[in-house]
Amino acid sequence: MSTGGREEAPSAGQAATQEAVEAVESVGRSAIQLVEDVGGIALMGLQTAVWLFRPPYRLKNLVAQLDYIGVGSIFVVGITGLFTGMVFAVQTYHAFSLFDAQGLVGATVALSLSRELAPVFAGLMVTARVGSAIATELGSMRVSEQIDALATMAVDPLQYLVVPRVVACVAMMPVLTMLFDTVGIMGAYLVAVFGMGVDAATFLGRIRTWVDPEDILGGLIKAAVFGLLISLIACYKGYNAKGGAKGVGTATNEAVVMGSVTVLVVDYFLSLLLASFWSTHAARGPG
Amino acid sequence: MARPMIQVIDLHKSFGENHVLRGVNLEVDEGTTTVILGGSGSGKSVLMKHVIGLLRPDRGSVVVEGEPIEELDERELQRVRAKFGMVFQAAALFDSMTVGENVGFPLREHTKLSEAEVRERVRQKLEVVGLRGVEAKFPAELSGGMRKRVGLARALALDPKIVLYDEPTTGLDPITTDYVDDMILEAKRQLGVTSVVISHDIGSAFHVADRIAVLNDGLIAAEGPPDEVRQSRHPFVQRFLSLWFGRA
Ligand SMILES: Nc1ncnc2c1ncn2[C@@H]1O[C@H](COP(=O)(O)OP(=O)(O)OP(=O)(O)O)[C@@H](O)[C@H]1O
Ligand SMILES: [Mg+2]
Repeated sequence: MSTGGREEAPSAGQAATQEAVEAVESVGRSAIQLVEDVGGIALMGLQTAVWLFRPPYRLKNLVAQLDYIGVGSIFVVGITGLFTGMVFAVQTYHAFSLFDAQGLVGATVALSLSRELAPVFAGLMVTARVGSAIATELGSMRVSEQIDALATMAVDPLQYLVVPRVVACVAMMPVLTMLFDTVGIMGAYLVAVFGMGVDAATFLGRIRTWVDPEDILGGLIKAAVFGLLISLIACYKGYNAKGGAKGVGTATNEAVVMGSVTVLVVDYFLSLLLASFWSTHAARGPG
Repeated sequence: MARPMIQVIDLHKSFGENHVLRGVNLEVDEGTTTVILGGSGSGKSVLMKHVIGLLRPDRGSVVVEGEPIEELDERELQRVRAKFGMVFQAAALFDSMTVGENVGFPLREHTKLSEAEVRERVRQKLEVVGLRGVEAKFPAELSGGMRKRVGLARALALDPKIVLYDEPTTGLDPITTDYVDDMILEAKRQLGVTSVVISHDIGSAFHVADRIAVLNDGLIAAEGPPDEVRQSRHPFVQRFLSLWFGRA
């Protein structure tokens, strides 16, 4: 210790200091871990990009992943979309009825869905369903040496396992987001038009006036970026799993947490980026 | 031919504080069978994984047919790996594939054989390890010994020049063990295959080996033809072998 000299019984102050030091250390460790992860994920992204253009092209694996990630997620994304649209319609209806603007329910729901809610919620659902499955599958392949076995058979494991999953996720996220948009607006329509008595023509007309193609396109761009990040994070965590069943559990856990947080954080920055892009590149309509 | 098939030169490897390999030197000549003996946790599997480039050395080198493999990039490494077949200690079968797909995997990846030819080859390779009619089963439905034999069949599917066996007979009954030993001998005799075998079974080690290497404390404690190794004065080697041969 810096005091040198005599040995003293640890006082309350020292104990507190000790605790503070430990807290700082643990934050420091997490930060180092995060930097390491980001570096590793970026590297895996680069390698994936390189392998993408090298034969053999793993079409069979890609189709299997498109089916699993895309087709397999239709139900959960559809249900989420339907209820998001419905509950959002209920809330906006009540808020807008305060100043007699119920006709705007459709447009509000459609704008929020297409810009933010659909890509973010679809991203979170895909993280929960697909990210966890990818991390678990690759993690158990790692700890049972199946990934090593692939390598010894002169098959690049990254190309065989990671590339198809990442490509499928990037391709399917925008599709799932469109599904979310569509089903969500349908849900809002049901609630607003049949439940609350909003005029159908007004509901649809306002959507047409207020929602621009850029809103939808922006949401789809977000979705593709989320797909890339979610799948890379899950692949990275699974691919680098250590130890036995516990290591696989940790990998899955980290993949889901990191994936979800990433979707929310990156959404904010993408929103800023897209807004500034549209404002310099397109003359916006009202909205 | 003067040049050895595999040369391990002053190989060091640590995992954190755990200094597993501390300067291993080993040469394996073409067409010979080398058995690696050693205590549990002595680093036999780690050594074998260096030979096929699954692990990268901290220091030292592994040379396969004149090529130092730690200097190769992924693609060149793949070319070198195509010379190998490896049997993993825990089989490492692809659990999402059937037995038939597992054994057929290297064939479908690296040959242009027709589907029917692949099936026939798979059937043959499984028969060689004493398995019949299990193609449609999944690894999870097999016993440990059966899984091991499927791993063996998969490693041999492409008739590789070099086969690495990580405890091919551990957990097998004596008859099947004998069968696997014969397989290793036959592969050498008929096809000139170079084999490196990790084993805990000293009896079968002395049966199949042209040379034996004993790994202890991260170093090769004794290396040579079986008779020579048996005479070794190294205390660990003496103790290790005396458990099998009895104290002389
Ligand atoms: N990937 C790894 N990460 C960390 N430590 C490892 C790793 N692989 C092996 N080790 C350590 O290296 C040492 C040697 O392991 P290895 O599997 O080579 O033993 P072995 O000689 O094959 O034993 P056995 O006969 O039981 O199979 C062990 O202490 C093990 O904990
Ligand atoms: Mg071992």
